Amino acid sequence: MKKRGTIATLLRIFPYAKSALPRIILGTVAAVGAHMMALAIPGYLRGLVDSIKLNLNQSTSSAVMPILVPVVLAVLGLGALEAIMVLLRRWLVLTPGTHVEAGLRRTLYAKLQDLPVAFHDKWPSGQLLSRATGDLSLIRRWLSFGIVLLIANALTVVVGLGMLYSFNWILGTIYLLIVSPLWVIGFRFEKNYHATARKSQDQAGDLATAVEQSVHGIRVLKAFGRGGFITEKFANDALELRKTELIKAKMVASLWLYLSVIPELALGVSLFAGVWLVQTGQMTIGSLAAFILITSVLRWPMDSVGFLLSMTIDAQTAVERFFEVLDEPVTIRDPDEAAKVEQVRGRLVFEGVHFKYQDAPAEQADLLDGVDLELLPGESVALIGITGSGKTTLTGLATRLYEVTAGSVKLDGVDIRDLSREELRSHIAMAFEDATLFSASVRENVLLGNPTASEADLEQALAIAQAQFVYDLPDGLDTKIGEEGLSLSGGQRQRLALARAVAAKPAVLVLDDPLSALDVDTEAMVEDALRTVLKTTTALIVAHRPSTVQLADKVALLQDGRITAVGRHSDLLASNEHYRFVISSLDAAGHMIEVK
Amino acid sequence: MAMQGVQNEEKIDLSKDEQKAVRARSMKLLGELVRPVRTRLFGSLGLVISAQGLRVLLPGLIAIAIDKALPAAVKGDFVPLNLLIVGYLATAAASSALIAFFVRYAAKINQDILFGLRKRLFAHTQKLSIEFHETYTSGRVISRQTNDLDSIMELLNSGGNDMIAGLLYMIFTAVAMILLDASSFGIMLLSFIPLYFLTRWFQKQTRTNYRKTRVASARLIVHFVETMTGIRAVKAFRKERANEEKYEELVEDYRYVNARVIQLFGIYDPGLIMIGNVTAAAVLFYGGLRVFDGHLGVGVLIAAMLYVRQFYGPMEQLAMFYNSYQSANSGLEKISGVLEEKPSVAEPENPTPLDEPKGHLEFDAVEFHYGKGQTVLPSFSLDIPAGQTIALVGTTGAGKSTLAKLVSRFYDPTEGAVRLDGIDLRNLADETLRRAVVMVTQEAYLFSGSVGDNIALGKPGASQDEIEAAAKAVGAHEFITALPDGYGTDVNKRGGRVSAGQRQLISFARAFLADPAVLILDEATASLDIPSERLVQHGLKTLLADRTAIIIAHRLSTVSIADRVLVLEHGQIIEDDAPAKLIAGTGKFAKMHKAWRDSLV
Repeated sequence: MKKRGTIATLLRIFPYAKSALPRIILGTVAAVGAHMMALAIPGYLRGLVDSIKLNLNQSTSSAVMPILVPVVLAVLGLGALEAIMVLLRRWLVLTPGTHVEAGLRRTLYAKLQDLPVAFHDKWPSGQLLSRATGDLSLIRRWLSFGIVLLIANALTVVVGLGMLYSFNWILGTIYLLIVSPLWVIGFRFEKNYHATARKSQDQAGDLATAVEQSVHGIRVLKAFGRGGFITEKFANDALELRKTELIKAKMVASLWLYLSVIPELALGVSLFAGVWLVQTGQMTIGSLAAFILITSVLRWPMDSVGFLLSMTIDAQTAVERFFEVLDEPVTIRDPDEAAKVEQVRGRLVFEGVHFKYQDAPAEQADLLDGVDLELLPGESVALIGITGSGKTTLTGLATRLYEVTAGSVKLDGVDIRDLSREELRSHIAMAFEDATLFSASVRENVLLGNPTASEADLEQALAIAQAQFVYDLPDGLDTKIGEEGLSLSGGQRQRLALARAVAAKPAVLVLDDPLSALDVDTEAMVEDALRTVLKTTTALIVAHRPSTVQLADKVALLQDGRITAVGRHSDLLASNEHYRFVISSLDAAGHMIEVK
Repeated sequence: MAMQGVQNEEKIDLSKDEQKAVRARSMKLLGELVRPVRTRLFGSLGLVISAQGLRVLLPGLIAIAIDKALPAAVKGDFVPLNLLIVGYLATAAASSALIAFFVRYAAKINQDILFGLRKRLFAHTQKLSIEFHETYTSGRVISRQTNDLDSIMELLNSGGNDMIAGLLYMIFTAVAMILLDASSFGIMLLSFIPLYFLTRWFQKQTRTNYRKTRVASARLIVHFVETMTGIRAVKAFRKERANEEKYEELVEDYRYVNARVIQLFGIYDPGLIMIGNVTAAAVLFYGGLRVFDGHLGVGVLIAAMLYVRQFYGPMEQLAMFYNSYQSANSGLEKISGVLEEKPSVAEPENPTPLDEPKGHLEFDAVEFHYGKGQTVLPSFSLDIPAGQTIALVGTTGAGKSTLAKLVSRFYDPTEGAVRLDGIDLRNLADETLRRAVVMVTQEAYLFSGSVGDNIALGKPGASQDEIEAAAKAVGAHEFITALPDGYGTDVNKRGGRVSAGQRQLISFARAFLADPAVLILDEATASLDIPSERLVQHGLKTLLADRTAIIIAHRLSTVSIADRVLVLEHGQIIEDDAPAKLIAGTGKFAKMHKAWRDSLV
């Protein structure tokens, strides 16, 4: 990651805030205006106090009123204007701020959906979530509040100091001299605070991840009785966050100390000097009074610098974290000009396909080391290989969930990288080993890849996958299945996932060990039904057992990253020792391999 | 409608009774959170009182400086001035130091409260039964533990300090004003009337709106989490666009309610400023008159003006506090709802000790159905002697997994009792039960961390040697050492880089390490390929040798190592004998076994 300064980092958010920018600028103007009203009031009081000194004790109400009333009216008018300016500022800035936040949230979400699976393998969803929620609302608050007030307050301080000068240059200089170290302190704070702020946001993301996993893995935790253990672990992480937060508080506290002591010190010294100036006749008492009132108006802008600075730095780290995702290259993209498969027949060809996970060590051989495999239209091929040989990875390459590192995959003669992902994935449907279902109705889950399918298609898909159990659910096809189908059994989920792939009516079906959780009877029924589909559909089926292999016209053996044999099951069983090792529980003579 | 627990959690407009119940439980929770730190809270209160008390003196000192010390100085006597200036500086420094100290002190208290709540919520969620998790969805649990907690953190972080400081400052200012110039205070008192009405309006408007933001943000999170955890399926089935539309809708809902809340405050805050400024003008007018009369010093007038300013300054902070309080309150409502949920599988209050579990299982007239649903297991009794390996077979939906879940106490039987070594499972402490009974399921979830960590979950604190021995025993050692960092390899999110079969091997190793008296394998070998299965079977022979085991497997190869086979159909045990005898017979199992044998070729 490139190191950027606070301002450079924060500036990156402005293209996303373009529409709100005019109103943010106007809002800043209104904020400055409000402060100016407050600053103008002491000027009027100065005149009043001085004329009181002149007219003391000798005034009748007719003499007093012309002096007092205009001042009071001015104070009233300025005060009212101040309130209106504040109203204006909030009205101008707040609603656009929420639009910017919403826009950022949508941008992030769209980007995350666009990023390849490899990215999601790497990033725990808790970290992503903390970016999409807490970080973005922080950015919104900074845009509609932090930056506006930071600018307005800085301007106010400058103007206020100018006014102090105009009342009396000696006093002004004294005040300025004493206050100026605040800059240094602020600058130093920025440097130190940044790392801590970042750490705390990252730790919060880690906690969110821990929470997420503790819920998704709840069955395992319960089965092993590790609730207490994981809670302790979580508590330790939470303690780390607590520690970081305390360091942050310590930093803010010492900044606060300087920010509040120094202006008071300046005021005290000025007061002393002011009295001396009044006594020696170099200054009127009204000017001194106005001087003091102005310093009190400046108090908040100066005090708030600490809070605004820390907010700005929090926002900076939030922006950094946002762009960490947004800067991530979408390595699996649509081509600029997408080709089209003119007539989809379902010929799927792997040509010299190489694949290696990005984070695999350099010296390690490619996981897929030159895979050549051809699936003719309507042909079904079973993919066989030992655990970890790359079968699932190979299935992911066909739909570009992962991208080949060399070689190519072609669908009906077109390199799949020349197709839009949308088109490619409408031709090829997958059923995963771990059936991911969404919290939606059975109907929506099954029709995910083909939302416009007819009722008959839906029923047919359910029948093929032997998933008729759904009709017995409380609301039948409209039953909402809990998130990830937690309330369904493994076999039920797997059948729904299979029905989903079938319902998509693709030219090519990619099935990753689709029947592993089914009992022998159900499996046989699914296979019988599936055969009718497979007659006309090309299929790549990852298989772990002979019964699944029966579905396919031929088998391909994946070994050491290559397809080392293609042929019929019975032929390979007779001729290929590795094949026998992988798929068969029987030895060459047909006897059960006994467990010793 | 009842508001017990998380029921009707998304309801916005509550009836009076519901409102009362929800408020009572969130206040109760707040009380519980505050109780452990209450002495320190008083300490911090003391700090703020002293700091604000000192700070409030400052305008008074300025008034005296102008009205008393200035004339003295004019006469050539600088002593009062010097004293005042030194006093002013000392007071200012002391109050600032106290506040800085308070900030740190309060941060510690806040973080302790927060930590306590975080841990309690996490632990409670872990205790809640599977039944709860199956319906509540992980997104909502996450939302409770992140977003809702954040709202409380915000309240504690800024709101709490500001509120106490602001309130005290206002009180002190009022007192100082009464002492300095009671009639100015009288004017300020009049300004309370519009203040009251403004605040009432604000209160009324915000109450329901905050509840809406909590609900909207939870929905947002639920959708987000589901997309990210199911990203493969999202991509494969081109759900992106539909997802985006849905998410956009949710984002807009959230934005809308959030903007409403912010806009309300955008009216309330300038309203406060207006009241403050009008009051200041009134004080000036009345004070000015009296100064001209000679009844009032100029310094006092200036101080009074300063006081009015200072009185209304914290009002803004109070309003902000009220704002975050409302937000946090809605968070508390939701969190207290989760905490109110009772685990349907509760721990006993006086657990029966079981030091050395033998593994004798008994089902005594057990009957089971989920919630109000159909009966899954009609009444049955079953005795499994310690050390016996049972294979449960039958078609999908016959009730095999349910039976396993009763033994591992994911659920309690509706009727009858399940006993381990003669003790009803409901009388065993969770820890005792889990040490004795471990279940490995088909779903082999891996937590982020290393492969070694994941195996060690079976026995926290296990040594590297123990971990490797376990992996070797189930045949996982070989593939693990082939991983980039061996046992130290990060398994990534949801075990992305490890195949399903390898995940199952890891969870086997986990179970091996846990070394329970009763081991349940529910389809734990489903994703294994045949070579791995052979290895596992070899390991199982040793693993199951001297413990009770219940094996559920569709692949009957695993069944061959069982001492006894139970065939389940529609929740009833229709066959029960040694595998060899059943195979030799003509029953259901014999048929299944034949079909399976045929499927091997």
